[in-house]
Amino acid sequence: MKCQHCEKPATFHITELTGGHPQELHLCEEHARQYLTQADGGEEPGGVSLASALTQHMKVGQTAEELARLDQRACPVCGITFYEFRSQGRLGCPHDYYFFAEELEPLLVTIHSETAHVGKRPRRAPTGSETRMELIRLRRAMKEAVEKEQYERASELRDEIRQLEDSHRHDAGAAAEVVEEGEGSPKKKNKRSGRKP
Amino acid sequence: MKNDVDLSKLMGQCGEWLRGSGPESDIVISSRIRLARNLADFPFIRRCTEQDRANIERTLVEKLESVSELRDALYLNVARLKSVDRQFLVERQLISREHADAQGARSVAIDAHEEFSVMVNEEDHLRIQLMKSGLDLEAAWDQINRIDDIIESQVTYAFHEQLGYLTACPTNVGTGMRVSVMLHLPALVITRQIDKVFRSLQKISLAVRGLYGEGSQAMGDFYQISNQVTLGRTEANLIQQVKEMVPLLIAYERRAREFLMRESPKDLHDRVSRAYGILCTAQTISSEETMHLLSSVRMGVNLGLIENLEIFTLNQLFIQTQPAHLQKIRGAELDTADRNIERATYLQQHLRKGNYGENPKSN
Ligand SMILES: [Zn+2]
Ligand SMILES: [Zn+2]
Repeated sequence: MKCQHCEKPATFHITELTGGHPQELHLCEEHARQYLTQADGGEEPGGVSLASALTQHMKVGQTAEELARLDQRACPVCGITFYEFRSQGRLGCPHDYYFFAEELEPLLVTIHSETAHVGKRPRRAPTGSETRMELIRLRRAMKEAVEKEQYERASELRDEIRQLEDSHRHDAGAAAEVVEEGEGSPKKKNKRSGRKP
Repeated sequence: MKNDVDLSKLMGQCGEWLRGSGPESDIVISSRIRLARNLADFPFIRRCTEQDRANIERTLVEKLESVSELRDALYLNVARLKSVDRQFLVERQLISREHADAQGARSVAIDAHEEFSVMVNEEDHLRIQLMKSGLDLEAAWDQINRIDDIIESQVTYAFHEQLGYLTACPTNVGTGMRVSVMLHLPALVITRQIDKVFRSLQKISLAVRGLYGEGSQAMGDFYQISNQVTLGRTEANLIQQVKEMVPLLIAYERRAREFLMRESPKDLHDRVSRAYGILCTAQTISSEETMHLLSSVRMGVNLGLIENLEIFTLNQLFIQTQPAHLQKIRGAELDTADRNIERATYLQQHLRKGNYGENPKSN
């Protein structure tokens, strides 16, 4: 894809969400930088413009090839690719915060200047996260099976989903436990060196 | 879900936050806190299938109805509302414009006093919001925190050990909280100091936006300031950050009003009187002009330049002269030209005859 303003390839795909209606922009690095500096004034209501944070974040030492490779990574739970997140500005599921942890960290620093939550925590332990992620994944797989007209596969999947939902409902009834360190992380592989408050 | 209830219940009343009676309510219109929450076992909204959205809506509405604070709430299936009714809810600030314009299963629960509303399937699965008249953020936090606790006892929120509450947009992650205060700042606009004030606010990472207008354009000189950061600070801290700026803004606005009263009292009085005159006598008037003139009149009342007119009446007129409200009041669909005539008539009735509407019921 070419840049909207010149002949160079577009390496920055920005969705501007400020005006109420999302607006797609495809720009080369130079025009992206230019766009950024002029867009600086009009902030998204109640937040740092996500588009500008994303673009800033992408500038930090990534070659086009690295970016292309990164863009193709897809969340195993909801299937969103990093490219889709980058262009839509919205994540696909809770697991994305684990799966794209490394990519999101500099973005969070740009937006919030911090990487650790210090506020309120749920009283109940978020138990059974593995099951929850599995549920999201299975529902997606079922939809795909239906789309491909693999009805037998789809009905198998539906049974699996029902079973999980049932067991999960029973869990939830007895889940008034105290929060344990490390619970709630489907994959505890995110290492962070963010500033602590 | 009590479905498609007509909105007449809301028509006959006015939101608590419009009472115009809270602390500093001549300048601070309202305080608002919003929390973004998501269920742990569904994708975020943009990634949901229709089936997912329907499941989320059913689950959440069922759970919300079991909450005692929400038992008497009005549940509205937003997807099935007519466009004028959705617009009506936006004008009352009970749902966001995005929620009104979106596609697919979505709803809203509104409490009887219109103090809090819970949007289901907005950008996040849950958007809980609480509004108070005047400057009253602590009370707003106490209430919304309790409602959040109760909802959380029924469902499992998406929560990350390090990052806190997980949201569809990384700009909301952590507390998921947006604290905002709506201010009426006409004198800062007249004296052309508003941009300067806002630039300094942005430097300390507070966001400013005009209310009702498109983009940053403010209609009726209403501005909303809110926190930009949601991660790495406590809720109390975020509230404090917004709250401590408010007395400064109030002081700036008061100083600008005093300046106008001192340096050009005739001009100021003239501006207020003309505005009042037009509102009382116009035969056709646009929404923009109405907001603009009501703003001058509101300041005039606060400065004692107009008597026998209550702030509460004016606060109401700001809302009731908007397009969807006029059509609901009239009970008919009206095009722009007809609305402008209807608006002029409505203003005459409520400003001229000294008929200033009912007083708000105290609870
Ligand atoms: Zn270019
Ligand atoms: Zn995902």
